[in-house]
Amino acid sequence: MSKLNLNQDLIRKARESARHIAEDVQKFIDIHTTIAVERTVTRLLGVDGVNDVGTPLPNVVVDNIKANGGLGTGAAYFLANAVLHTGMTAQEIAEKVAAGELDITKLPQKSVKEIHEKANELAALMVERVKNNRAQREDYLNTLGEGKRPYLYVIVATGNIYEDVVQAQSAAKQGADIIAVIRTTGQSLLDYVPYGATTEGFGGTYATQENFRIMRKALDEVGQEVGRYIRLCNYCSGLCMPEIAAMGAMERLDVMLNDALYGILFRDINMQRTLVDQNFSRIINGFAGVIINTGEDNYLTTADAIEEAHTVLASQFINEQFALKAGIPEEQMGLGHAFEMEPGVENGFLLELAQAQMAREIFPKAPLKYMPPTKFMTGNIFKGHIQDALFNMVSIWTNQGLQLLGMMTEAIHTPLMSERALSIENARYIFNNMRNIGDEMEFKQGGMIQSRAAEVLENAARLLQNIEEEGLFATLEQGKFGGVKRSRTGGKGLDGVTEKDARYFNPFIEMMLSGQ
Amino acid sequence: MSSGLYSMNKRDFDITFDPKRVKPYGDTMNDGKVQLSFTLPIQADEKAKEAARLYAMKMGLEEPSVVHMMDLGVGYSYFVVFGNCVHTIDVTDIKVTKVESTVMGMSEVDEYIRKNIGREVVIVGASTGTDAHTVGIDAVMNMKGYAGHYGLERYDMIDAYNLGSQVPNEEFIRKAVELKADVLLVSQTVTQKNVHIQNLTNLIELLEAEGLRDKFIVACGGPRISHELAKELGYDAGFGAGTYAEDVASFAVQEMVNRGMK
Repeated sequence: MSKLNLNQDLIRKARESARHIAEDVQKFIDIHTTIAVERTVTRLLGVDGVNDVGTPLPNVVVDNIKANGGLGTGAAYFLANAVLHTGMTAQEIAEKVAAGELDITKLPQKSVKEIHEKANELAALMVERVKNNRAQREDYLNTLGEGKRPYLYVIVATGNIYEDVVQAQSAAKQGADIIAVIRTTGQSLLDYVPYGATTEGFGGTYATQENFRIMRKALDEVGQEVGRYIRLCNYCSGLCMPEIAAMGAMERLDVMLNDALYGILFRDINMQRTLVDQNFSRIINGFAGVIINTGEDNYLTTADAIEEAHTVLASQFINEQFALKAGIPEEQMGLGHAFEMEPGVENGFLLELAQAQMAREIFPKAPLKYMPPTKFMTGNIFKGHIQDALFNMVSIWTNQGLQLLGMMTEAIHTPLMSERALSIENARYIFNNMRNIGDEMEFKQGGMIQSRAAEVLENAARLLQNIEEEGLFATLEQGKFGGVKRSRTGGKGLDGVTEKDARYFNPFIEMMLSGQ
Repeated sequence: MSSGLYSMNKRDFDITFDPKRVKPYGDTMNDGKVQLSFTLPIQADEKAKEAARLYAMKMGLEEPSVVHMMDLGVGYSYFVVFGNCVHTIDVTDIKVTKVESTVMGMSEVDEYIRKNIGREVVIVGASTGTDAHTVGIDAVMNMKGYAGHYGLERYDMIDAYNLGSQVPNEEFIRKAVELKADVLLVSQTVTQKNVHIQNLTNLIELLEAEGLRDKFIVACGGPRISHELAKELGYDAGFGAGTYAEDVASFAVQEMVNRGMK
């Protein structure tokens, strides 16, 4: 039931526009692949490790394919053919390629039928592993249980995975439900995924498969101790979106930042590259049961939270449609938004409440990801703690899904252990003390809150109609999201995009989309 | 843990203000009241509380009172402590480096440029190095500005270019030359292990190596930046928390005139 009395026809219309926008782009996605997608296929077929100068073997294999003009055919085709031809495993083949002893694009080719069968056979092993991880998560949730929503989501960011473990276990004991290991600054612009356990990073810790494994193990341990399943979150963005998704699926991550447009807008990654990459990354996340988080909150760090609120809603609609195209159910769509209004605005709390409730009603099944104040946090940590309290109140009132806890020391440094504890205490106090306020309170007909939500929805629907007419690429070129303009051929990573040729084959897309 | 609503302690200290011997103020002159919080990597128990109290004494706090202890799990404890600090500071003998310019409003800056420079001033800004945060540079440069202070893009007589985040220093310089910049603004927001210092230093070194340092007014800003630090690192000015576009613009245009840049 709508407390905001939102115009349901307008919601349908906006959703319809978003669907057309996504379908239009999907046509482009379906006929393209990228080096990141093919490296992901390589990983999923069982290739891991690095060569003697530290280059990941998936890069070595895909570079070999690309250098010989085979990228449009895809890694699965060449790897399966090489397995058939040599009788070696994919890993052994990758090692041979790294040693310069094998060029997998130059081998005699088996029939397409044999190649497909072999690729499917290899892919099935990985699909099984991911399925088992999913089952294990379900098992933990059934036996250990989980925290109440909104899940308390905190960040660790020491740069050293072993130090992160200490911080994460401490946070879990204090009550955190989700631990996100922030990535080292700049990782999103690396066109490879670093390897092994790492202890040096700036502003965060490298996302590597080994680091995922270390943290997963630590959270499973502390989860047993506190009697709650602790979810692990990382960042499926940047130039390696689908690879990170694959590594997360293998190591049972539970939550992934995974926005369709974020890399384009905020990391200046080429839009063609990101749109193709996001699709495969989301297919993997959807299949792995991962809750994705979208990044609309970021718009409000550059654009004004009151004037540009409709761009957040419009982007949520678009992200929803892209996610559906990648087989992600609504229950795994952590659509993002944020509490970012200037605290001096009169009745700003009511406007925040209106927008949070609006997102709740428009995406009723989505575990919305609500982001804390950051832009207007100052060195006044005491006021900051109260800003975070207001943010927590809106969240419990409007039944948000994932609560990224605000830190009183935002804009000063990455959180200290004690600051995280105080944030968790703040949220637990408010969530418990106001648990059912949303069930008890209704909003005045035609009052400030209802009117504000109606206004944002109207503007979002208009913007979506506009994008539908012009196309998403043109819209991004004009700077309609986050006030950031990006060109279709600009940004990083375009040279890694290519059209699929007639032989192209990726066994995982079909298997994962059909949920097998 | 509190000793009640009213302090019954006898005050045996001089309560007259002395600028040569200033102490923190709680509710009585020279009481030296300080509040602080910290974490110790030890189990939260009575011994830990005593450790926190003794530690506060080592920091120069008399009668420290550990008013709150919180178990952070995994063998760490958090404390909130009040105490009376014994140390004093002579404020008559302190020198600080401040940005020496008159702060003007937006229209005054525009007018100043028209009168004294006679052409649009080109300002190029970026969050450089590995820093992905644009909140600082956006606050100063974007049309909208921050907290009611319009950004440089809105100034009639300023041609402002915000290059965004994670701009390598080499790229930043190349762009500055290409745009014929007068003023370079570098923002550093999130810092860990002092990476911002290395990055700021690196920019100046590159400018010097290419013989470009004198061609630009170079300023940096961010929550951890002070004017003094900026000067130390070879910048013309530094802008910390609580400074806005007009502070930066006022300094830059006056410095241009002082240096005879036209």
